[in-house]
Amino acid sequence: MAIEAEDTPLEQLMWKVVTLKEAGYRFLTLTALEVDEETAEIIYHFDINLQMKNLRVRFPKGTKIPSISPIYFAAFWAENEVIDLLGITFSGLKIDYHGTMYLDAEDKDTVKTPFCRYTFVKKEAE
Amino acid sequence: MDETVKNTKPQKRLKPSSDAFKQVREAKIGLIRKLIAKARIKSPWLLHFDCGSCNGCDIETLACLTPVYDIERFGIINVGNPKHADILLVTGTVNHRNKKVLKKLYDQMPDPKVVVAIGACALSGGIFRECDNVVGGVDRVIPVDVFVPGCPGKPEAIIDGVILGLQKFVQKQKGAKDGD
Amino acid sequence: MVSTVIPFGPQHPVLPEPVHFKLKIEDEKVVDAIPAVGFVHRGLECLVAKKDFVQMTQVVERVCGICSAMHGMCYCMGIEEMMGIEIPKKAAFLRTVWTELHRIHSHLLWFGLYADAFGFESLFMQFWKIREKIMDINEATAGSRVIISVNVIGGVKRDISPEHRQWILSTLDEVEEALRDLEKVVYEDYTIRKRTVGIGVLSKEKAYELGASGPMARGSGIDIDARSLGYAAFPDLDWEPIVEYGGDCFARAKVRFREMLQSIGLVRQAFQKMPRDEEIAVKVTGRPEGEVITRVEQPRGECLYYLKGNGSKNLDRCRIRTPSFANFPPIMSMLIGCRLADVPVIILSMDPCISCTER
Repeated sequence: MAIEAEDTPLEQLMWKVVTLKEAGYRFLTLTALEVDEETAEIIYHFDINLQMKNLRVRFPKGTKIPSISPIYFAAFWAENEVIDLLGITFSGLKIDYHGTMYLDAEDKDTVKTPFCRYTFVKKEAE
Repeated sequence: MDETVKNTKPQKRLKPSSDAFKQVREAKIGLIRKLIAKARIKSPWLLHFDCGSCNGCDIETLACLTPVYDIERFGIINVGNPKHADILLVTGTVNHRNKKVLKKLYDQMPDPKVVVAIGACALSGGIFRECDNVVGGVDRVIPVDVFVPGCPGKPEAIIDGVILGLQKFVQKQKGAKDGD
Repeated sequence: MVSTVIPFGPQHPVLPEPVHFKLKIEDEKVVDAIPAVGFVHRGLECLVAKKDFVQMTQVVERVCGICSAMHGMCYCMGIEEMMGIEIPKKAAFLRTVWTELHRIHSHLLWFGLYADAFGFESLFMQFWKIREKIMDINEATAGSRVIISVNVIGGVKRDISPEHRQWILSTLDEVEEALRDLEKVVYEDYTIRKRTVGIGVLSKEKAYELGASGPMARGSGIDIDARSLGYAAFPDLDWEPIVEYGGDCFARAKVRFREMLQSIGLVRQAFQKMPRDEEIAVKVTGRPEGEVITRVEQPRGECLYYLKGNGSKNLDRCRIRTPSFANFPPIMSMLIGCRLADVPVIILSMDPCISCTER
């Protein structure tokens, strides 16, 4: 069985989130997981009067995702966790911990991103 | 009038360099040291640090302070300042971020001190020892004197652990005195 | 104006858990507050790869020791929905009894810490003394005081005998009487009102926008309670969400107090309506496949579980969103503009459970 989730291409994500905000939905959380070696996906969960609406966004690993924190400020907290745990990066985050939300910078080599069973594309070193 | 005024001979003041003065001073300092040593064992102050625990062991530790188990009747107080504390109670697993905090707290406590590790997570990592971010039990970072098992450890077991720690305290104090 | 940055935590006598806030202060008023978490992070969501879906019940119960039975219930509900299992009605009622008892003990714990935060230590001792009665009920019926482990996939592990039922009802009468005695102190004491009324105000619009949940949201006038979704025995029980409109720390405390009294009533109703002779668990065969989302109402708010299975004995993903995780952005907005001495009271009024936040 699968949950009811609207498949959204990455380009339409921000537009759909804005329409949901204007319709009065509140942001619950987002779930990030890896699908296979090349792809990862993020599912956004919204809710109005306990009726849920989910948006599913699939993308190849290594893509920079636009952050929805300019629209829903509370999302920055969940997105920072995703940076730490899956290594996905976001652009336009309101408050960015740069991957040090759970781990200090010097420990990052000892703990690999734990949710990616397959190798993950490392972002380019600055 | 003359009978009420007692004819007392004034005490002879000892010279600071004399041996008698040094003996009296040593005896007085020895008495104060014994008093402090007894007070430490009879009324130790606790510092409780939650290192990464699920809260189960923490609320059992706090339950020891409350009227049903009541360790305050023994003179034990939960303080927040590591420099005031004799016993460190640690709960929870150690991970990469809080191992530094734990080491700093341990270093700030004055000697002699006793560390009691409470709960399965503090002993060896518990159910989480295979997680990526977990280093292991508390003894990977600081030396531990007493281990209290349980998930979570019951208040009776925690009190037993603290009393066992106090016995170790006596040994450490004796050891420190001999080394002085 | 001189501005300073003050670190609050991670080792603080008021909060039993390590959390760090960088408070930027200008002349006693907080201008900015950035949380730094990560002291309790164990990364337990990655244990799905190492433990099978039955063992994960035990792992998930240890996300938080205070609401542990509710985490177990939510996880079991998710797996049961994925595998198409329907639990017996008696098991649903038993789950309701244990989870409502958890709600009472969690709120009593919170009241104790709250009173301790503004120095009212004798009230802290009173609340925790009442709480010990609930701990005794847990120990007598489930075997353990804090992490009770009664939920299994397919039902519950233990039954409550008729003698225990009588004893629980009389203990709850004693608890209710003790709470009614303390009601006047909590609502009308001058010192408590001075330190909580008008402090940490969160308006209804901001609470909705920032995703607050639980007593944080209901204290600001938002009428949302995940028990209305109709899981466990709640469709058969007569209740309503409790809402207050002040938006400050006092309103949130009132919500929690009234919820405690409501939960005592719910346990009584559950015992009356529980079917007497029935099984407490069904046999489970097969492996979970697919994805599912379940939500329950924990003492701190709405908890969401996303589970994905692929037909093997290990799940693919177990994503837990706890209410304390959702309540962090509202806390940051509440701290801005408050005085330094009110910071511990405001952070406590959210009922932070850092181990839930970081897992």
